[in-house]
Amino acid sequence: MSFLTSIVQGGLLGGYYAIVACGLSFMFGVMKIINLAHGVLTILAAFALWAIADKLEYDPFLALIVVLPAMGGLGWLLQRAILERSARSGELVPILSTFGLAIVLENTLFEQFGADTRSLAPYVGSLSYDSVDLGAGVRIGKLAILTFVVAVLLLGGLQLFLIYTHLGRAIRATAEDPETVELVGVNSRSVNAIAAAIALVTVGLAGLFLGLRTSFDPYAGSMQLIFAFEAAVIGGAGSLWGTLAGGIVLGIAQTLGAHLHPQGFLLAGHGAFLLVLMGRLYVSGPHFLFFRRAKLG
Amino acid sequence: MSLLSVQALDIRHGLLQAVCGVSFEVDEGETVALIGANGAGKTTLLRAIAGVHRPSGGQISFDGSDVTQTPAYDRVAMGIALVPEGRRLFAGLTVEENLRISCASGRKGDWTVDRVMETFPMLKARRKARCSTLSGGEQQATAIGRALMTNPRILLLDEVSLGLSPLVVELVYKSLESFIASDATILLVEQDLNRAVKVASRVICMLEGRIVLEGGSQEMTRARITNAYFGHQKHSRSEPAP
Repeated sequence: MSFLTSIVQGGLLGGYYAIVACGLSFMFGVMKIINLAHGVLTILAAFALWAIADKLEYDPFLALIVVLPAMGGLGWLLQRAILERSARSGELVPILSTFGLAIVLENTLFEQFGADTRSLAPYVGSLSYDSVDLGAGVRIGKLAILTFVVAVLLLGGLQLFLIYTHLGRAIRATAEDPETVELVGVNSRSVNAIAAAIALVTVGLAGLFLGLRTSFDPYAGSMQLIFAFEAAVIGGAGSLWGTLAGGIVLGIAQTLGAHLHPQGFLLAGHGAFLLVLMGRLYVSGPHFLFFRRAKLG
Repeated sequence: MSLLSVQALDIRHGLLQAVCGVSFEVDEGETVALIGANGAGKTTLLRAIAGVHRPSGGQISFDGSDVTQTPAYDRVAMGIALVPEGRRLFAGLTVEENLRISCASGRKGDWTVDRVMETFPMLKARRKARCSTLSGGEQQATAIGRALMTNPRILLLDEVSLGLSPLVVELVYKSLESFIASDATILLVEQDLNRAVKVASRVICMLEGRIVLEGGSQEMTRARITNAYFGHQKHSRSEPAP
C-alpha cells in the first residue's frame, strides 16, 4: 500500500513543481527567454510574503493581494530594463544577465534577511500538516491537494489564455516574430512586458507554495530553479499542460526514488529528467534543444 | 492631396545607402507598381513606409501628417499595411489566428475572417491549419488577408509572386482583382513587368536606390521600362556597341 501512497504523494508533489516551473516554462517556451533568476525570484516572493505575514501579521494568502501585483510590476521592469536591452546583443546575453541578476538578488536577500531559514507554515494555522484519509491507508495532505488544484487551474488557465484570447495570440505571435507583429498593429515591446509580468505573477504564487510546504533561505533558489527546469524540459518547452505533466513525472520519480532508498529522492528525479532528455535527443536529434525559428517558404 | 507622400527619402543598411533621395506620391484609389532589379531598394522603401526600417533622412507623410518617426504599429492603426517579402506568417498559429492578430490595429472596417475566406477561397479548408503546413500560395493568401484584416487605407504588397508557381500567382492576383477594382490604394513591388503594367495605373522604376522612370502604365513601352530597369540610358554612351 505504501507504494500506492508514494505515487499519489508524488503526483501531488508534481503539482507543486508545476507551479514552480510555470513562470520559467512560460518565459522559456513562449518568450524564448531562459530566466536563470527564476529560482531566486521565487525566494524573493516567499520572503516578501513572509515579511508581510511576520511584521504585519497578515495571512500569507491575504498578502498575495500585495505581492502578486508587485511581482507583476517587477516582471514588467525586468523585461524593460534588463531582458529587452540584453536581447539586442544576442541570444546568449539575456541568459548571462539573468544569471547576474540572480547573484545580486541572492546577496541582497542575504543582507536583508540573514542566513536564517524561514517558512510560511506557522502563519496558516494547521493547513500545512492537516491531512485527509482516503481509506486503504492512503492519507494525503490538505496543502498538497490545494497545491495540485491551484497548479491545474494556473497552468490550464494560462494555456487557455494563450490559445483563446487576443492578448494570448499576440504574445505567441510576438515570440515568433517581434518585427512582423508590429506590421499588424501590435506593440511588441509592451506585449513582451505584459508577458513577463504574467510570468512573474506566477512566480509570486510559486513563492507562496514554496513557503507553505517547506522552509527557505536566501540561497534556496538554485534548487527551485533546477526543479523548475527539469519539470519544464520533461514536459516539453512551450506547452504549459506539458509542464504540469512534467512536474507530475518529476514528483512521482522523486517519491518512488525515496521509497527505494532514503538518498534516492533527488537522484531519481534527475534520472527521470536525463532519461526524458536522452529519449528526446534520440527521437528528434539535437535540434530540439535549440529554438526552432519559423521557416516558411 | 495625395494619401502617401515620400520626400527626399534616404535609407541606409549600415554603410550601404539602399535608397537615396527618393520622392514620389500615391493618390487615394491609385494602384502604383514599384519595379526594378534586385537590390534597387524597393523592399527597403516599402519597409520604411511601413515603419519597420528607420530612414536616415527625408520625410514620409500619410494623409497630410508626418509619420517619419511614428512606430510601425501606430502606422497600422492609421491605415498603412505591409504584406512583407517572404510572407512572414506566424508559423505556430493557425490561419484564423494569424488573421485575428490584426484586430490589434483597432481599425474599424468591413474586413472579417469570413470575407478573407471569400476573397481567397483556397483558405476555406485550411482555416484551422497551422501556417507551417500551408502551401506557398495559401501562405501568400493568408499574408495578404492578414494585412487586409487591419482595414488599411493603403496596402503595400512586397513581391506577391516570390517563390510561387505562375498558376498560383495567377490565382492570387485573380482574388485581388475585385479588391484592386474597388478603389483601393495599393503600392506593390512586382518582378513580373507585364503583370505590373497590367495591374497598376502608374509605374515607378528604381535603379540603385533612385527613381529612374515614372509614369502612367498606359504610356510605358516595354523598351522604355527595360532601358530604365537595366540603366541603359545612363550608361549607353560610355559602353561600346556590341
